[in-house]
Amino acid sequence: MSEPSLLLDARNVGKRFGSVVALRAAALQVRPGEVHGLMGSNGAGKSTLVKIITGVFPADSGEIAVKGSVRSFRSPAEARGAGIVSVYQDPALVPDLTVAQNMRLAGARIDAVRKWLAELGVESLDFSALVRDLPYPTLRLIDLARALASEPAVLLLDEITASLPADLSERIYAIVRHWRNRGNAVIFISHRMAEVSDLCDRATVLRDGVTVGVTERAHGSEERIVSLMLGADTAAAVASASSTPVARQTARDAEPALEVRGLRRAPLLNDVSFKLYPGEVLGVAALEGQGQEELFDCIAGSRRYDSGAIFAHGEELTLRHPADAIRAGVVLVPANRLLALMQQRSIRENIALPAFGGMGSWGLIGMRAERQRVESAVARLQIDTRAASELRRLSGGNQQKVVIARWLANGFNTLLCFDPTRGIDIGTKRQIYALVRELAAAGSAVLLFTSELPEIQLACDRAIVLFGGRVVAEMPVSEADEATLLRAAHGLPQMRAAS
Amino acid sequence: MTAPAEDESSVTSARAAPENAPFAAQIGRTIRRNPSLFGMPALLAASLALTVAIHPEFSDFDLQSLAMGAMPLAFAAAAQTAVVISGGIDLSIGSAMAVANVLAASTMEGRSFGESLVLAVLVLIAGAAIGALNGLIVVLSRVPDVVATLTSGFIWGGVALLILEKPGGGAPPEFLDLGAGTFITTWLPNALILLVIAVAAIWIPLRRSKLGLQIYAIGSDRVAAFRSGVNVERTRFASYIFSGLFSAIGGLGLTMTTGIGAPLAGVYYTLSGLAAVVVGGVSLAGGRGGMAGPVIAAFVLTLIPTDLIFLNIDPNFGQVIQGTLIVVIVMIGGFVAMARARK
Repeated sequence: MSEPSLLLDARNVGKRFGSVVALRAAALQVRPGEVHGLMGSNGAGKSTLVKIITGVFPADSGEIAVKGSVRSFRSPAEARGAGIVSVYQDPALVPDLTVAQNMRLAGARIDAVRKWLAELGVESLDFSALVRDLPYPTLRLIDLARALASEPAVLLLDEITASLPADLSERIYAIVRHWRNRGNAVIFISHRMAEVSDLCDRATVLRDGVTVGVTERAHGSEERIVSLMLGADTAAAVASASSTPVARQTARDAEPALEVRGLRRAPLLNDVSFKLYPGEVLGVAALEGQGQEELFDCIAGSRRYDSGAIFAHGEELTLRHPADAIRAGVVLVPANRLLALMQQRSIRENIALPAFGGMGSWGLIGMRAERQRVESAVARLQIDTRAASELRRLSGGNQQKVVIARWLANGFNTLLCFDPTRGIDIGTKRQIYALVRELAAAGSAVLLFTSELPEIQLACDRAIVLFGGRVVAEMPVSEADEATLLRAAHGLPQMRAAS
Repeated sequence: MTAPAEDESSVTSARAAPENAPFAAQIGRTIRRNPSLFGMPALLAASLALTVAIHPEFSDFDLQSLAMGAMPLAFAAAAQTAVVISGGIDLSIGSAMAVANVLAASTMEGRSFGESLVLAVLVLIAGAAIGALNGLIVVLSRVPDVVATLTSGFIWGGVALLILEKPGGGAPPEFLDLGAGTFITTWLPNALILLVIAVAAIWIPLRRSKLGLQIYAIGSDRVAAFRSGVNVERTRFASYIFSGLFSAIGGLGLTMTTGIGAPLAGVYYTLSGLAAVVVGGVSLAGGRGGMAGPVIAAFVLTLIPTDLIFLNIDPNFGQVIQGTLIVVIVMIGGFVAMARARK
């Protein structure tokens, strides 16, 4: 029997997808009037637990009690009826309907949604606009406002701040606190430790589908949470990886592996130039929408540029297609893993595909050589291969590793990493940065954009800052602390002398 | 509840704009969202003008043949539209039309007008039941809809042959007049009236209902719709019922315009109906488009072979030209979408 004072009491929840066990024995107890952090590495089962609680799919075992009575929801609509509402990782709005139609679809009261949007700082949203025409951050806020409009007793937020600018995140924290103070519960999932320790009252930590611990105070328990998330052995490994010195001297007289001169693409990219040397990791810092996506896409050959030139090892590239860039050894790891991978095919095929891109390579596949290359890449990145036959069954972190592994297996000179750790847990993140360092040490050049500024110092040798489609600052990594990057990224002048 | 009333076209959803957007801007947005809403009537007007230019003695009789030829195709397109908007496809529409056609022709022969109307209602129910069975197969078996409806189409085709082995049967003349005659003036064929009334009577209420919204929602993004609380399976099932219902009306229309039942006549309508859907601006990916486009496209597609006959060109070229036209229109649609995406 469950404690009656709990709003939500999930015990011993298990779920498997085919051969992959997503949840073994997950437990989550949530009291009224608290913000409860749900923490765990990628693939630990956080999202699966959220989806089971809200009726997206049924649990194989275990039980879930809401306000003391055992319930099993068959759909999100049923869960909503019981006062449990989730804002999922990706927007749950139908793109071809207007905002108003979406609200009607979910049975949300438009005036209530409007009120909550105003609380979130969105005063004048045109409800007759098509969802597909609205920017991503606005959609997140609409999603949240719609969830709030149904007055949920338990609100689940699954990485809602993952790719939102800082000011929007602040507004979301304010609403979360407000909601808690009204006696409701908020379950908050995030990979940003600072956010969790600031916002959450308690935290539950999942590892490999098992609840491994609950901390009574999230604030001040960061170390404990990290060690719970990672497990004893990996925690030590991560600590040693993060203490690896990163400051390196680059040979500036060498020929750049990649040089960009005066690159423009209306309207977001206005004159970007930089050089990237072999063996160097060049960090790119920028706020949302300062041209970084366009910059990476142009270099990778997936978008055309209006003017400017791109050189690889001294030769100007003619980029009509990503295949042109790949042939020149310039390869992209995009932010959206779904864009890079074939979800229904195996790890092996996904890794091997770029080798067969050209027209000249139709014909038989050398199976043995391919298997060797793929297996060595998989082993090097420690990809979890339990679900090797279909990529969509892998967790996000493992999928991201597959994207990198395919380039490892196929060879490259310059790696373009666009926010490779977005929505990825701390353990995998550090593995990815260690890998980036290792690639650079082996002579590759890496251009790395990350939306989390502290990571620049973790992985890069040098940093440039984009603002308004221009490079507004360039600095060695020793100067690229978060405050300096943030000032530059907001277009403020450098305070080099003062600090 | 201050939810603005949504309806048929986004003309009204533009009206729901809160801050009194300038009228011209609203019109602009409506056109941007539904290019086919204005493009299709223009295309129809152009093809009619072309026809009159080729054949200046275009008479009320020619108009009647056009309406009679296009009406069953328009219903096939309407049937397909209901399913395609929900993100599915129905390849059994032609066979379902054939079943309705032979059911009507074999039971109505020699009956009174009143009896034939009762029988017509029964045929409509049978059509909805066929659609419901298709929907059940698709939803329960989880076999892809292309495969499920292609095979169920074979079954309905066989059923049509069982009911009426050879072309034959008939219906009372008053019943045939509903689709083949004229009441008010000879320039207003009954086929046209029947088409407009039947499509409007079913589609406009549906479009205003929650079910209609759900059909668009699951076609646009099934996961987002599910998370919004839509019962995806039930909505898919419902879209096939509407497909069956429109197919049955189309089958009755075939009976009216041909005067007989022909078990093999329906086959042509599956793919031609799909062509009208595509030309009519409905996205095969689901979620986008309306009913007016495909219905008007059915007339444009019917005019092509007519024009060729007027031009004394082998009507067998009709299929080639029809196909070419479809490719060109779809390509133009693609270019428009690409140009918009680039902005």
